[in-house]
Amino acid sequence: MNEINEKSELRKIRIQSIKRNFNLFKQSKIGILGLVIVFIFGFLALLQPFLFMTNIWDEATYHPVVGYDSQKILATVVSCKDIEYPTPEYKTPSDCPAADEVNIVAVAPYNPGIKEGDVIEQFIQPAPPSSKHILGTDSLGRDVFSQLMEGSQVAFVLGLLSAIVGVGISTLLGTIAAYFGGTVDAYLMRQSDLVLMLPTLPLLFIISAFAELKVWHLALVLGIFGGLGGSVITIKSQALQVKVKPFVDSARITGGSRMKILTSHILPNVAPLALLYMVFSVTGAIASESILSFLGLLNIDMSWGLMISVAQADGYINQGMEYWWLVIPAGLAVTLLAGGFYLVGRGLDDVFNPRLRRR
Amino acid sequence: MFSIQGLEEDNMSVVLDVKNLSMHYETLAGNVSAVKDISFSINSGESFGLVGESGCGKTSVAMTLLQLQPENSVITEGSIKLEGKELVGLSEDELRKVRWDSISIVFQGAMNAWNPVIKIGEQIREALREHYPDNSKQTNIQKIQELFKMVGLDDTVADRYPHELSGGMKQRAVIALALSCDPKIIIADEPTTALDVVIQDQILNEIKKVQELLGLSLIYISHDIAVIAEMTDKIAVMYAGSIVEMGPTKKIFENPVHSYTRALLDSTPSIRGEKKKLKSLDGEPPSLINKIDGCSFAPRCPDKETRCNPNEHMRLVEIATDHFVDICSQGKE
Amino acid sequence: MSDNLIEVRNLVKHFEVSNSFFSGKKNVVKAVDGISFNIKPGESLGLVGQSGCGKTTTARSLCLLDPKTSGSVNFFNPEKQLMESIDNIDDDSLKIFRRNIQMIFQDPYESLNPRWTIKDIIKEPLDIHNIGNLAEREHTIVEILRTVGLTPPENYLNRYPHEISGGQRQRVSIARTLVMKPKFVICDEPTSMLDVSIRISIMDLMLNLAKELDVSYLYITHDLAVARYMCNRIAVMFNGKIVEIAETEELLQNPIHPYTKRLISSIPIPDPQFVRERYEINFEGLDKIVRDNPNEQMVDIGNNHFVATHETKEYLIES
Repeated sequence: MNEINEKSELRKIRIQSIKRNFNLFKQSKIGILGLVIVFIFGFLALLQPFLFMTNIWDEATYHPVVGYDSQKILATVVSCKDIEYPTPEYKTPSDCPAADEVNIVAVAPYNPGIKEGDVIEQFIQPAPPSSKHILGTDSLGRDVFSQLMEGSQVAFVLGLLSAIVGVGISTLLGTIAAYFGGTVDAYLMRQSDLVLMLPTLPLLFIISAFAELKVWHLALVLGIFGGLGGSVITIKSQALQVKVKPFVDSARITGGSRMKILTSHILPNVAPLALLYMVFSVTGAIASESILSFLGLLNIDMSWGLMISVAQADGYINQGMEYWWLVIPAGLAVTLLAGGFYLVGRGLDDVFNPRLRRR
Repeated sequence: MFSIQGLEEDNMSVVLDVKNLSMHYETLAGNVSAVKDISFSINSGESFGLVGESGCGKTSVAMTLLQLQPENSVITEGSIKLEGKELVGLSEDELRKVRWDSISIVFQGAMNAWNPVIKIGEQIREALREHYPDNSKQTNIQKIQELFKMVGLDDTVADRYPHELSGGMKQRAVIALALSCDPKIIIADEPTTALDVVIQDQILNEIKKVQELLGLSLIYISHDIAVIAEMTDKIAVMYAGSIVEMGPTKKIFENPVHSYTRALLDSTPSIRGEKKKLKSLDGEPPSLINKIDGCSFAPRCPDKETRCNPNEHMRLVEIATDHFVDICSQGKE
Repeated sequence: MSDNLIEVRNLVKHFEVSNSFFSGKKNVVKAVDGISFNIKPGESLGLVGQSGCGKTTTARSLCLLDPKTSGSVNFFNPEKQLMESIDNIDDDSLKIFRRNIQMIFQDPYESLNPRWTIKDIIKEPLDIHNIGNLAEREHTIVEILRTVGLTPPENYLNRYPHEISGGQRQRVSIARTLVMKPKFVICDEPTSMLDVSIRISIMDLMLNLAKELDVSYLYITHDLAVARYMCNRIAVMFNGKIVEIAETEELLQNPIHPYTKRLISSIPIPDPQFVRERYEINFEGLDKIVRDNPNEQMVDIGNNHFVATHETKEYLIES
């Protein structure tokens, strides 16, 4: 009975402490902005499976990879060849055909016997935003908004997984280097120098050439590279500061084992910094993924980078703003989510770094 | 009574006159009243001690005198007159002239505030250039040599970097810097707290010598009763943002009236005289966020049942010439 | 069979400092250079000196935080009822030693793990030494909190260090230190960062506990006034050496060594009527003479008062 009371009291204290920290976090406006962005994308990521499950969206039409929706319009067949510009209808050659017209040259091979002035059914892909597809469809008739949602899922899974792997590695190695010092420290530091020197992206190109990279493969690779690199040095310097605190000395005088001191004194005090690093490294992971899938080096069904990649491969990226829905949403999503995590990190920095804390 | 007092003060050339000064910090948790209705005046050549525990508002007073308080602070009322000139409400440009020219400060951690990559002499020269743009380089160098001599430093220190000096030497150089623009008043805010006893002793000695030599007024802020006893002619004891007792140092040490003053004196160990049992003071100072009605010391006061009148609104009354005590301690006599 | 709790003989601690990155030369800093003292049960010895004189290094060597360079430290093992050297003892004795020696640190803000509750902090030594079952540990913690004046204890058990004041934190430190009923506690300026009014209550608490629990202190401070209040005997340290050691009042009334005299004369007196005279010495001269005569012995001048013989005044220009 007593035990239970105490546990609930402890929980109350923990909640209070979280509340207090959140109040500090709330002070930082950019942190809140970042959190809002992250939440919006998190919501998008979760919304898509919900829409499919409740059959609000049917998979045949809206599936980000295999869905297809034919957008049809009725178009008048016109001939744009051999006419003198400007005519009453067209001022320059680029105005022909107009939005609801189609050039006879383009449709004649599939429609024998067609002539000017006929009205035919015409499929348009990519289709601009409409009430059915709020961000339009891509060149294969797939819903862009659905792809954007699928891309958020990928971004979250990849970003968080790689961050957790990376920070786990760097925290472990950093504290070990700090606590044991000597040869262990020297080895770990040289290893981190080495990893820092390796250019990550080119290396990833090479890896993707030899092996098929799936999302979680990439997350592991990014995590390991991030975790062995510079963050080990930062975590180590933090751990060194904790190591010389009197409470660690107290534990040593009493005869606490190294393992115990490491896990119960040093790790918990390094954890806030590690968490901060984790949030910042999500940003890097999301950016790397976009670059790799844009270059087509990832074996992945859908992602923001891939959306831009498809638009680019089909030649829509060079046509200015005309096909904006193929590029802008995905590009903005990468920028916003990466930036959002970064801003959250800045906000957390205010909480964890008392020197920056305003009174 | 008070008007006569005022006349006398005028004759003795009051350098700094603070009247009814109140200041609070605006924080997330609420307003922290750090300085509550404080009045005191300092004559030329006099040394005035502000004594109290940490968080009692000593440093806030010092910062307000220099108008260096942080941005979230608000002076709600009162005036600070430096040689007859009102400081509250001056613009930053006008203030910059006043600061250092007439009043300068030696902070608690000032010795760690030297820029590590610039030589000490160059840093002092910078201050001199700012304030005396017409001086030649040679004059400035000469002036620095004089200042160093005054605080007991070697000439060669001017060509050294801060990390090449010991803590005591750095603090001496800070005093030299504070003296560089010929101020009328020096505020010393716990200048020796981070130093050990022998160095502290040397620095105190130096401050005293310089003060007498130049006829400066000194505001010495400390929590250490023993240091205050040696350094000051007049003291004000602060508690929770208010002055609870003020008067000539000797008088107050002989006849402390306020229970807090007594508690402070009773809790200071000495190496002289009989070894006596020291008295501790229970409890903690009150939070300055909450508004306190009546005596702020009452919750910790050992005499609250017998002597005082804790419900009275705090204000100073003169119980003997120049000896002011908070009215709350005057209840039942 | 001696009646001492701790015997320190010729304790030496040198640090090697690399001169520069390229030359392999190493400078040796003699932080503690051959000091000896005894502490009897229930006695508290003040170790007084300026910062950098080796006080803290001595303390850290004594409680095995840093290995000493040479010298011997013997402690009284209460279970075997004999003095044992801490250098060659078995694991059981080492455990007993660790249980009986504790240290209180200066900074109450750094000496408690900010992520632990008060209960966890005080429980740590009990966990390490596996003393009692959970309920017994709980009971011990409540008792010790009451002993150090944190009442009611239930209000403190589940709080974090940042939620309590500096004075209360130092009480928690003391509770953690005393929870295993050690015989010997090293105090490294435990009150120097506290406010005046709180300082005395902490010092009184430590004095009372020393009497109640029969604890000996090695009390490190630079303030002789504090040492006088806390200690039976005072050892004055200068540049890694003890230059004078005597009972507190004897040392204050009758200082022999010029450094002791200088130290005493620099303590401000809380009495504005009293005009203190400074006793000036030539620190460089003293420094040189102490370094040039490393094997100087302490001589007994009676009254249990020992002075290092290099108090010869020829080098020490008094002014």
